[in-house]
Amino acid sequence: MAESRTLTLNMGPQHPSTHGVLRVLLELDGETVVKAKPVIGYLHTGIEKTMESKLYYKALPCTDRMDYLAPMSNNLGYCLAVEKLMDIEVPDKVKWARVCLAELTRVNSHLVWLGTHALDLGAMSMLLYTFRERELILDIYEACGGQRMMTSYIRIGGLAHELPKDFEQKVRNMIKIIRERLFDYEKLLTNNPIFIGRTKGVAVISAEDAMNYCLSGPMLRGSGIKHDLRKDNPYSGYENFDFEVPIGKNGDAYDRYLLRLEEIRQSFRICEQVLDGMPEGPYRAHVPGVVLPPKEDILQKMEAMIFHFKIITEGFKAPVGSVYQAIESPKGEIGFFITGDGTNKPRRVRVRPPAFVNLACLPKLVEGCLFSDVVCAIGSIDIILGEVDR
Amino acid sequence: MEEKIRQFLNSKFSDSIIREDNFRGEQSFYVKPESIFPICEALLENDDLDVKFLKDITAVDWYDHPLAENGRFEVIYNLYSFAHKYRFFLKVFLPEDNPNLTSLTGLWIGANWLEREVYDLFGVTFEGHPDLTKIITPDELEGHPLRKDFPLTYEKPRFSWNKDNPPEVIK
Repeated sequence: MAESRTLTLNMGPQHPSTHGVLRVLLELDGETVVKAKPVIGYLHTGIEKTMESKLYYKALPCTDRMDYLAPMSNNLGYCLAVEKLMDIEVPDKVKWARVCLAELTRVNSHLVWLGTHALDLGAMSMLLYTFRERELILDIYEACGGQRMMTSYIRIGGLAHELPKDFEQKVRNMIKIIRERLFDYEKLLTNNPIFIGRTKGVAVISAEDAMNYCLSGPMLRGSGIKHDLRKDNPYSGYENFDFEVPIGKNGDAYDRYLLRLEEIRQSFRICEQVLDGMPEGPYRAHVPGVVLPPKEDILQKMEAMIFHFKIITEGFKAPVGSVYQAIESPKGEIGFFITGDGTNKPRRVRVRPPAFVNLACLPKLVEGCLFSDVVCAIGSIDIILGEVDR
Repeated sequence: MEEKIRQFLNSKFSDSIIREDNFRGEQSFYVKPESIFPICEALLENDDLDVKFLKDITAVDWYDHPLAENGRFEVIYNLYSFAHKYRFFLKVFLPEDNPNLTSLTGLWIGANWLEREVYDLFGVTFEGHPDLTKIITPDELEGHPLRKDFPLTYEKPRFSWNKDNPPEVIK
């Protein structure tokens, strides 16, 4: 009788389907995965330490660079946390604009996810289509903040600039185009027997396990648990908007695919409601000494210039205490835990990364499955290694 | 909900609660380090409170700060009640020498990586953890980078390969 042996295979860190530099140590018995161990840390750049060494203002651009597919959500989470720490109330217009931008980010992130996930499973054309559509959103970013990816547009106490004049028209145009094209995507994938064969019943996680692994976002909702921070603990005025939270049933990769497509549609609904009822007002809160005065005032008013200079050079002093602000980013719950210690730099900035926590359940998803399903499982978690390793 | 949790904690763990704090509407309970596991276990078993989510574990280093008199490290457990949509925090202070806690991996598997991260970046050890190894920093790196006495830019990081011949301090 032949002796049975397992084979240890190293997948990554340089592997195209690991979406960055994730390494997975696999123990294989034939084609079946016996054991999987994700190894992370190849992209660790000490972002938290860097943020702790900077003024509150200057730590903001670091947040873009963690999840580079969802820059606006990260900006929003950080700004809301600092605003909570400093007890700042922002104008309604800022809240609404932020909601719209965060939802655009969700669409952007889900489109890239859809393209790369389908590419991993062999449907190459999806990537070209979704990147074409994503370009429309990046154009809106560029019109807002001048940057396509690392926007840093949402600032503490408001926005960096006034929204562009053609913002509404641009967003409506984008929604119209992508909404139609979503049907094309569905034609390509939803009933595609190969796609169904690769995703249905693959990478399954039950509701109980999802809770036990502390998952969040589409990973949790795919298993049928209706938990969305936009509904449960609304922030930035999400309570004003009417939208559904889609949930899955089986907790497999196919459910998560359907769920993310539906989330894109719901995001469009929210964006349209924002555009229909955008309130008028200033684009930045008026809190002297903490929030930068508007650029126009700096050229006209003495106090504004002094405050601007003081904030840029010395920053502001935060009280002693910790706040935690979580928002629903495209990947799940991203939380910013900021501890002030009475100086102008944060004592601690902790980012609760959704992808990091979600990735920990990878062994559960793939153990006992076929080797080729590992690619599908990694894709369906939707990881961004910049955020996992920080 | 806040009142319910307070009652629950006071009825069973009145000796373990050191003090309470409410900052910007966020409720935290400071508890003794040895009681963190029993409290979480009891919370998890209580269906009425429904505290089923462990959202996050993190730590703060109060090195060279007046607050360090309670203990240098503050470890924060971020818990969430699903039914009541309510978030609260359990906090413990740990001494500088040998900071140690009981691992929560027996209650939530998701605590595994979170605890490894706190161990890696702060050097807080967790008893009963199945695999307490470094997770983010390279294996050769010595020290715990998020401690406040870990040099930021002025000194080259000490790796095990340059331990015998340490780099000079750049100031």
